[in-house]
Amino acid sequence: MPRWGMVIDLDRCIGCGACVVACQAENNVPINTEDVYHQRRAIAWIRLERYWEGQFPTVKARYIPVPCMQCTYAPCEPVCPVYATYHTTEGINMQVYNRCIGTRYCAVNCHWHVRFFNFWEPKWPDSLKNQLNPDVTVRSRGVMEKCNFCVHRIVKAEQKAKVEGRTLRTDEVTTACAQACPTNAITFGDLDDPNSMVSKLLSQAEKDHRVYRLLEDLGTDPKVYYLKKIDLEASATPKGAH
Amino acid sequence: MQERHRLGEEEITRELLRPLVTTTPMMWVGFIGLGAVLAIFVFAVSWMFYWGLGVTGLQRPNMWGFMIVNFVFWIGISHAGVMISAILRLTQAEWRRPVTRAAEVMTIFSLMTAMLHPVIHTGRPWRTLYWVFPYDFWRNLWPDVRGPLVWDPSAILTYLTGSTLFLYTTMIPDMALARDRTIGWRKVLYTILALGWRGNERQWKMQTIAGFLLSGLILPVFVSVHSIVSWDFAVSLVPTWHATVFAPYFVIGAIHSGVSAVVTLMALMRWLFRFDHYIRLEHFDAIGRLLIAVGTGWLWFFLLDIFFAIYPQEARELEIMDFRLFQWPFNVLTALIFIFGYFIPVPIWIFQRFRRNVKIMFWTSILVNVGMWAERYWLIKPGLMRKYEWTFDWNWYRPSIVEISIVLGSFALVGFLLLVFSKIFPPISVWEEKEGQHFAQQLQVGKRVVNAIVREF
Repeated sequence: MPRWGMVIDLDRCIGCGACVVACQAENNVPINTEDVYHQRRAIAWIRLERYWEGQFPTVKARYIPVPCMQCTYAPCEPVCPVYATYHTTEGINMQVYNRCIGTRYCAVNCHWHVRFFNFWEPKWPDSLKNQLNPDVTVRSRGVMEKCNFCVHRIVKAEQKAKVEGRTLRTDEVTTACAQACPTNAITFGDLDDPNSMVSKLLSQAEKDHRVYRLLEDLGTDPKVYYLKKIDLEASATPKGAH
Repeated sequence: MQERHRLGEEEITRELLRPLVTTTPMMWVGFIGLGAVLAIFVFAVSWMFYWGLGVTGLQRPNMWGFMIVNFVFWIGISHAGVMISAILRLTQAEWRRPVTRAAEVMTIFSLMTAMLHPVIHTGRPWRTLYWVFPYDFWRNLWPDVRGPLVWDPSAILTYLTGSTLFLYTTMIPDMALARDRTIGWRKVLYTILALGWRGNERQWKMQTIAGFLLSGLILPVFVSVHSIVSWDFAVSLVPTWHATVFAPYFVIGAIHSGVSAVVTLMALMRWLFRFDHYIRLEHFDAIGRLLIAVGTGWLWFFLLDIFFAIYPQEARELEIMDFRLFQWPFNVLTALIFIFGYFIPVPIWIFQRFRRNVKIMFWTSILVNVGMWAERYWLIKPGLMRKYEWTFDWNWYRPSIVEISIVLGSFALVGFLLLVFSKIFPPISVWEEKEGQHFAQQLQVGKRVVNAIVREF
């Protein structure tokens, strides 16, 4: 049984936003208009957070793509009264839109803020209606939605493997964000498979002490790993110089 | 009991059943005024159903807002009924008699109003009843009993059932009284509700036993309901929410606001129905004394909650504490809670002169509830606005006009239901009032004055 995980190398990330767009197209995420952004209700299953580092002359823009962390002990799961969010055997934190009644407790209890609520009926311009992905449910108003590691791709690959009478090959599936990333900053794969790209990246990065996870100390065991930015300038400057 | 004005049995019956047959102009004003606000409430809820939750001020970090705050507030108010009628009945406090019925009815209506909030607050309310009742047995899809949102309806429905039964048990003798004195549709209604009450000894005995049993059985529910509501917050990971002190803290807060609401109700009943002979100044005096104790208990837990947040020296907890104690606008809110919830009313209640002043009691009880509403907001919102160190997701919460209408409308809803109730059922328990008169009778035996009646229970 695979245990899906993701490695995001922040040293490679250039903050282009291709992952966000790819996810939007792949998962039928409604178009976020300007007023939806101003209402702070934009839906972006993977979002690019930008923050500034350093004081004025040496300010640096930093980017960090934030998908769902797919916590092993996800705090959003036990609080759902209708089992609309649950854990699959492959370690993915799933959302069942049909069961969801929209209590939004999962969003309250998610500290990465990666759960999104459909405050309005989702809308697409007519020109984009034929672009919708037939493999992914279009969510209605009043339900939560979130990143699910492109589960439809995984299921499709697993079914194909089953028909061909074999098991899933290493790195056979990838998510839309990982596929779209021009610098290969995002890698998706089976954490339990020692030959997979993510395992190799992690074991290498662990030697370099570059691995961390967001809000790791909450003890939820997230399955999205970040590799630290290698900043030669910053490491060259002595500490406390700023 | 010196102030007691001796009243004949028939006089009590006539006066206490009066609101059923006569409608004073003030009652009409109440009906029309509350009805208008209620209409706004219904419109706001329908508007929200039609357009979706987009019409509220909720957004990404602030997924819960005014409606949840109001839910907690009304659950709190509902604790008055059991406090007044069950606990004071078991401790045989005589001053409870004129307020038991009103407090019990307020319990039921505020519980119903509170229950409405989490339901309309969900994204798909038409599906929400699924989690109140286990559904889809044949597909083995069960509600997740690990989640506090499943405990909530179970606790609240248990409380609602228990207090409705309790209220009904205490109403049966009065229904018989009304049955014998009315005609038309009222006679039919009261005949059905009186369950063939004849007032013989066996019936009285059973009614008394049932009343005592039910008040004993409700007591654990009384503690559990608000504990469970507090666990809605306490089981989550949000800083300043996950505190073990939440359960007793919410219960004591509920009693503080609930008993204050009973004072408000007593004053209103005195003014509206002219029940001066029944709701007397000594009753305000007694409930004022109770409130001093309850209010001080609440203040202790309020400070304890702050202390428990500071004690572990956890950076995240401290940050939210700093935010809600010292930063605008929460510093003003904190001051408001302290002043309105404790430092204005309690020093006033210490003086008997003020406790026996209906107007002062009325306004201080209103102050307490303003403070307690603010306290619930203070408990729930800051932790959500600044959840963990994701500064780019921090945001303020601004309630929309729809949410404000729902909050105001919920007050009108409870008020309207109470007014309708007092038009159909006697708002003061007639038999309890008469029983009180009998118990107050005293006989001179030699040099000693003894009670004329010895209680069995």
